Amino acid sequence: MTQAPERYMGNGIPRKEDPNLVTGKANWTDNIKLPGMVHMTMLRSPFARAKVTKLDVSAALERPGVVAAFTGADLAEEWPGGVPCAAVVTEEQKTPFFPPIVTDEVRHVGDVVAVVVASDRYAAQDALEFIEVDYEPLPAVVNMEDALKEGSPLVHEDFGTNECFTYTANVGNTDELFDRTDDPGDAGAEIRGPEVQGQGDTDEAFRRANVVIKERYIQQRLLPTAIEPRASVAYPDPGHDGYVIYTSTQVPHLAKIVISLATGIPENQIRVVAPDVGGGFGSKLNIYREEILAVVLAKRLGTPVKFVEDRSENYQATIHGRGQIQDVELAADSDGKILGMRVKLLDDMGAYLQLLTPVIAISGAAMFPGVYTFDAFSIEIKGVFTNLTPTDAYRGAGRPEACYAIERAMDSLARELDMDPAEIRRRNFYEPFDEPTANPAGLMYDSFNLQAALDRAVELADYQSLREEQRRRREANDPVQLGIGFSTYTEICGLGPSHALAGLGIGGGGWEVASVRMLVTGKVEVATGTSPHGQGHETSWSQIAADVLGVTPDDVEVLHGDTGTVPFGRDTYGSRSLAVGGIAVYHAANKVIEKGKKIAAHMLEAAEEDIEFEGGKFSVAGSPDQNVGIGDVAGAAYLGNDLPEGMEPTLNETMTFDPPNFTFPFGAHICVTEVDTETGAVKIRDYIAVDDCGPVINPTIVDGQLHGGLAQGIAQALYEGVIYDEEGNLLTASMVNYMIPGAPELPNYTLDRTVTPSPSNPLGVKGVGEAGTIGAPPAVINSVVDALSPMGIRHIDMPASPMRVWKAIQNAQGLQSGDRQEDASLGASAAGIKQGGDA
Amino acid sequence: MRRIQVNVNGVTYEHEVEPRLLLVHYLREGLNLTGTMVGCNTSNCGACTVLLNGESVKSCTLFAVQADGHEITTVQGLQTNGDWHPMQTAFHENHALQCGYCTPGMILASVSYLKENPNPNEEDIREALEGNYCRCTGYENIVKAVQQAAGQTS
Repeated sequence: MTQAPERYMGNGIPRKEDPNLVTGKANWTDNIKLPGMVHMTMLRSPFARAKVTKLDVSAALERPGVVAAFTGADLAEEWPGGVPCAAVVTEEQKTPFFPPIVTDEVRHVGDVVAVVVASDRYAAQDALEFIEVDYEPLPAVVNMEDALKEGSPLVHEDFGTNECFTYTANVGNTDELFDRTDDPGDAGAEIRGPEVQGQGDTDEAFRRANVVIKERYIQQRLLPTAIEPRASVAYPDPGHDGYVIYTSTQVPHLAKIVISLATGIPENQIRVVAPDVGGGFGSKLNIYREEILAVVLAKRLGTPVKFVEDRSENYQATIHGRGQIQDVELAADSDGKILGMRVKLLDDMGAYLQLLTPVIAISGAAMFPGVYTFDAFSIEIKGVFTNLTPTDAYRGAGRPEACYAIERAMDSLARELDMDPAEIRRRNFYEPFDEPTANPAGLMYDSFNLQAALDRAVELADYQSLREEQRRRREANDPVQLGIGFSTYTEICGLGPSHALAGLGIGGGGWEVASVRMLVTGKVEVATGTSPHGQGHETSWSQIAADVLGVTPDDVEVLHGDTGTVPFGRDTYGSRSLAVGGIAVYHAANKVIEKGKKIAAHMLEAAEEDIEFEGGKFSVAGSPDQNVGIGDVAGAAYLGNDLPEGMEPTLNETMTFDPPNFTFPFGAHICVTEVDTETGAVKIRDYIAVDDCGPVINPTIVDGQLHGGLAQGIAQALYEGVIYDEEGNLLTASMVNYMIPGAPELPNYTLDRTVTPSPSNPLGVKGVGEAGTIGAPPAVINSVVDALSPMGIRHIDMPASPMRVWKAIQNAQGLQSGDRQEDASLGASAAGIKQGGDA
Repeated sequence: MRRIQVNVNGVTYEHEVEPRLLLVHYLREGLNLTGTMVGCNTSNCGACTVLLNGESVKSCTLFAVQADGHEITTVQGLQTNGDWHPMQTAFHENHALQCGYCTPGMILASVSYLKENPNPNEEDIREALEGNYCRCTGYENIVKAVQQAAGQTS
């Protein structure tokens, strides 16, 4: 063991994870081969809605290599619970039974009709073609507004409606602010006369003019697209009762519970392992029918069963992200001070409820007020079933949607009042604070200094020069116009306080656990309940433990992702890992030091209160020569033959940390675009992001998280969108026609940080995994709209493809433009709605 | 079945394979060389990139029989006497990977590209890597890594 005087937290040390990954030694689930292993392949529905009128797998069973083939009826007794949904957001929420294999009706393209098990994946795939199946196609419903109309086809006929739930929250009296305005959905703003209800009660306030912004925004469906498709290997645990499942997941611990609930196999007989996991972005924060099926078939067949999805299956059967229609109203006085906000959402559930489907929009509900302080806020969210792939968490999960709405509306407000978009934000910011402060929806923000972040972003962008360049280009009628788009955001991280999660409708259990084990040789094992898949926990947790214990990161081994070897934890999602799991490591390591002090006092024959710990050594205060290293203390604790009276041997400490509050990272982004008015092409020239995630453990990893988050946010703004046709066929069913941005499509970023510690935990850390994905979409679209605003354009839907931008320009100039294929689930509905300046 | 002889990472293998067997499956399941991965099945993402006679190809859209008589290099064959290739070092030092699933393909595509153009500028590198998707890094650090490796190998 090396003694380590320096501090590792705050240093961008290279990652411990990398050596295996750059040399091809990683342990992906699909690498696993076991004796007797067979491959499982699904027969998936080609229809969005149909009755299965005939199903016969017997011919498939005759094919070479085929071991078994099953229908839903064959296996139904194996899944009493179906695929569980963990979220109940209202008492009236309708939760359909979600069978791993359907028995009567298919409800989306990609729904599972039968399963084949064969000696290898080629044989299994071949055999699918020999399953005899007849469908009676039924009318499908593919967009939410149609789904809520009287007489719509029903996704689940038993319910008599496609409405899954209606959730409402009200703070203050928004109706008073809005009810004298026109119907929601009539996009645009209007300047109101003096009969205004403001939050102030002075006569002067009543004389102020009131502006009401009404907008409709579309959050298109997105495909999360972890580059590693889902994969699972389940097998009967040799030597034990029960089953082991290796699976590409973010949530091995949740999977253990959910697979038990679904199958009835006792929880203590299920071990789940997440080996190396090739990205998740929320899509692997779920327990899928295929994982349940793999366990069920391992049980039925008594042999290891592997499932690996191909990319088309990933796009049809792994959850989609987003999928909202947002009607947003903002009331403000003539100085640009917001008086209130009213939001109505339609949130697309898809055909079934996955683990958290109904709670995604709810978890963003209280974030619509963003970084602005005002009094009146109300929101109504309707969850709607459609005959499409289920939605669930995708990077940001509810918060990017909320941030987009408020940040777009802020720019509209600025335009109506002819104010600078930076200035209107400043006027509505919270004054800096470092103790919990309520937002308009009642959420307690932890600490903000928005002004510092925005000032720094404006400085880095050289904002006044940009406006000057923009003016010159406008005056010169330059075919390439300059756009400057702002987004000042906050997000809710550090999920979370258990009591608060219960309030959201997901039960609770927001804590995280860590064990820090001092080994007899002085090395350290950190067993964490988080489950990384690219975030670098092995490195960051090592840095935390190394600093507390006075060792080096290389002395620390981080264990994770195996329910058989680490304490039962709560996994990785929602930028929770550092602010909850990292803090558990910090506390557990400090508990090791506290116990170590008692042992050291005994060894040094000194009083415990006189023992100091620094640089890996326990010493007697005032007599630094009287000391003992932590490795020797660990050795003594292990031997146990000379410890203080009554002390348990070993130096292993476990801490379960349940945070008192969430954390709220925030920041200011400025996107500078060049928009070619002749082709509609948008180029991001500069992207400035000043983010505040509190103190940083590893700045290199934090910057990497921001880069990737920004890339996915820009992808939503400019490139990506699921397209379904009117029958519910997924047209973007492979990477050939779903536009993942590559290196040429994305810019370099100008990053900087401010540091405002969170009072929610002792390190003050906040989390950073989703910041970029939340901040970027409105910054990009605000920039594009800013570039085109002299033409009267006030809105362009995401993704702002060259075709959409070009069409908006043509429409604004009163020219004819051709129709294009729009997504029937959202795009068509977007296209059918009158948009401010788009028409 | 067809008999093929392929040299992979310096070792010559002979196998009987189905003509339809994809090269990536031959490498992964036939030879247990699991450093090469499948990401998309449509040759878009590049996770399966290997070198065929020194040039990058996507092994999910080649059949194993097409590699008959040729030399293949996977990420597991990039080291020399246990030392990392400069591109592997550059990816590590520049934090050019997060989950790491695209990394072997990205590294091999970059190695192949630098042979073609030893002194690329940033835009060249971005264009050259358009057939390799990374969902984690946003590419900026990958581009920096390739620039660093170019400086060291040119």
